[in-house]
Amino acid sequence: MREVAIIGVGMVECGELWEKSLRTIWAEAAVAALEDAGVDAVDHITVGCMSPGLFVGQEHLASLLADELGMAGVAATRVESACASGGLALRAGIAEVASGLSDVVLVSGVEKMTDVDGADATYALGSAADQEWEGFHGITFPGLYAMMARSHMAHHGTTSRQLAAVAAKNHANGLLNPHAQFHIKVSIDDVLASTMVADPLHLLDCSPITDGAAAVVLMPLAKAKDLAGRRTVVKITGSGMATDTIALANREDLARLRGVELAAERAYKMAGKGPGDIHVAEVHDCFTIAEIMATEALGFFAPGDGGPAAEGGRTSLGGKMPVNTSGGLKAKGHPVGATGVAQVVEIATQLRGKAGQRQVNGATVGLTQNMGGSGGSSIVHILEVE
Amino acid sequence: MLSPARSWREFPQRYRLEAARCTACGKTHYPPRVICSSCRERKFDTVGMPREGTVVTFTTVHVPPKGFTEQSPLEIAIVELKNGVRVMVQIADLADSRELRIGDPVRLEFRRIAEDGEAGLIFYGHKAVRAR
Amino acid sequence: MSVGIIGYGAFIPRRRIKLEEIAKVWGADAASYQRGLQLHEKSVPGKDEDTITMSVEAGRRALDRAGGLDPARIGAVYVGSESHPYAVKPSGTVVAEALGITPQVHIADLEFACKAGTEGMFLAQSLVKAGEVEYALGIGADTSQGAPGDALEYSAAAGAAAFLFGSDTERILAEVVATYSWTTDTPDFWRRAYMHYPRHGSRFTGEPAYFRHIMSSAQGILDQTGLKPQDFAHAIFHQPNGKFPIRVGKRLGFTTAQLETGWLSPWLGNTYSGASPMGLTAVLDIARPGDLVLITSFGSGAGSDSFVFRVTDRITQVQDLAPITRVQLDNEKIYVDYGTYAKLRGKIRMGE
Repeated sequence: MREVAIIGVGMVECGELWEKSLRTIWAEAAVAALEDAGVDAVDHITVGCMSPGLFVGQEHLASLLADELGMAGVAATRVESACASGGLALRAGIAEVASGLSDVVLVSGVEKMTDVDGADATYALGSAADQEWEGFHGITFPGLYAMMARSHMAHHGTTSRQLAAVAAKNHANGLLNPHAQFHIKVSIDDVLASTMVADPLHLLDCSPITDGAAAVVLMPLAKAKDLAGRRTVVKITGSGMATDTIALANREDLARLRGVELAAERAYKMAGKGPGDIHVAEVHDCFTIAEIMATEALGFFAPGDGGPAAEGGRTSLGGKMPVNTSGGLKAKGHPVGATGVAQVVEIATQLRGKAGQRQVNGATVGLTQNMGGSGGSSIVHILEVE
Repeated sequence: MLSPARSWREFPQRYRLEAARCTACGKTHYPPRVICSSCRERKFDTVGMPREGTVVTFTTVHVPPKGFTEQSPLEIAIVELKNGVRVMVQIADLADSRELRIGDPVRLEFRRIAEDGEAGLIFYGHKAVRAR
Repeated sequence: MSVGIIGYGAFIPRRRIKLEEIAKVWGADAASYQRGLQLHEKSVPGKDEDTITMSVEAGRRALDRAGGLDPARIGAVYVGSESHPYAVKPSGTVVAEALGITPQVHIADLEFACKAGTEGMFLAQSLVKAGEVEYALGIGADTSQGAPGDALEYSAAAGAAAFLFGSDTERILAEVVATYSWTTDTPDFWRRAYMHYPRHGSRFTGEPAYFRHIMSSAQGILDQTGLKPQDFAHAIFHQPNGKFPIRVGKRLGFTTAQLETGWLSPWLGNTYSGASPMGLTAVLDIARPGDLVLITSFGSGAGSDSFVFRVTDRITQVQDLAPITRVQLDNEKIYVDYGTYAKLRGKIRMGE
């Protein structure tokens, strides 16, 4: 297998992009990445998008978007694993390059969530849960994560303040990210005072509905180095994917994200790295509890220590293990299919030293963790400076 | 909302809590499957399940999805039945959600779960009530 | 061949609303309604409860008291109600499917205002008696409605009672001694198709309807059997409010002691097709072997079905096999206010 590198990144500002359609936001991100890479032609386009069908009534997306880029004729693949579709699009792109099937791959993710009303968006997101045996009973995603939060709290003593600390931290980081959806300061008390969505998760424990798109350009490492000249080349050294039961009722331990543990194991093994080697990570904080549980599953903290770590500042920008310098899904936004790719954009930016006020000094190894549904799919990537 | 065919095919599970027990290793699957998730054998006996269980975890959904907004707030739990099988169900007739605790004993009762508007089908199933 | 009840069960929803809570909204004099109707509170079904759900639970309890009977052997299921969830699609099929009775079974839904339950019981016992089926289930259940501010709003309540009939002597807990029905066309209470609420003939529902039919039916069965009121341990009459069943019982010659066990309406309300059947379950819950029990229902339109039962030795073995009606009535109550009641009963016009 050939080593794979990222040669260009791009994304659109996340938010409620009323004036732009799905194809427009995708094309803008794609063009930004191609320009950053300095390439004009690709062999393959991968697109991560959870549900263009339910959000905008459009299937056959990859072909549509290839045409949108003026590249009708180029091979294109859309992949889906709910909120992990972006991470999966990266993995599909890596496979294309590593195997030698393609030399230049445009990896992208996009979601246009605001063309439907809130109830329909919730319904579309709900299709990531088990429709017959969870959705049937009226559960929502905040509800599923709330149930896991309650188990985590009962098992480890995790507190609502610790959950709120994750939101406060991510909003503090978001203030420093021009692409973030929200540029507001949120305190722990603000989170606890916000309306209860699904006990114990408050409104400010939950990531928003967002339109967005992100893209990266992949090349074999050798070719990337030629093209890059003096620019920093970021290579992808680890990729791990795993599934877990979708239905919570079939999970063995509701306080653990087994899928994340497995995906991380596989990525660490491939990269020859461990949790202690990671300098900066983008973690899937669809809900604050998800970040806490993911940091434990990734091995950054012992089981039960994720909450205290967040509350104690260990995952803050200046902390020992900075998590979600982009603002995370919470502040940056969660355009579902784009999220996994946006995480890679952030880490690549950090490793290139281009993160401005949110730069983690000396970061040379980074990790992205992207998750679908209530943890039914998990994708972990490890990126390093070449 | 489920179509007539899709909801009808699930009646044995929704109405009678019918599960499939692997004849080789004894694992009970609810709902039934084609292949045993434990031992990968393919033969099953149809079995009923007990209606008694305990609360494993729960939440109060203050923002229910479409079709459930009239019933807000919704109490939903994962219940482990006496045979070890876990199911997701609503908790019904809870006067005060603060009373509920992990480990509380519950019983499943036949209830209306949802309906497809005023003119569509009514979907029946089970909800849990606190056993006293 | 003797035929009788081999299993019985009742289900009462847990929510209640007090009469004064309703009166206060409509500017009515609660105390005078309480005195006049002899009603204090009534049961209120949750949004997730209906005739079908209550019938299933009552049916399960009847099966529990029948003691280990394979439900597939039940040959007929009749659900009597005036609040079937569908206008067209039977309640009985959902109930039978949930209880494991399908597919070899006769099923039909019945409607006759408040007496559809006892009519189902009559059909069930008759099929068993005729040898057409081994076992048959008759259920009376309702989540009845009263128009906002109307007198019926104080009493329209929810509940279900189920009776499993069979002829195996070792299972019979109450033998059918006699049946008698007295039915005429009397328009005392009706609801036209697509209308939400029933209408009634005010005072016309009294003497010409309720009293005339119950008196005729009860007297008819007494004459038929040669039995006298003093021969009975218990008598249950249809209970649209607290007053009428006591008044008609006294007129027929029964004492308060004979009437009080089956008299649930002051705290339950009128459960329509479930009314006198639920009273019967309350009696069976405390009956002694050898007791004679009279039940006379009344359904507007109008008619009264009477049964005389003789309780057997088996009764004491089965009473505790399922929830006791009076315990359900008195315990585990959740009181709601009128706003919640109106929401639960679908009386608020929702957005489209």
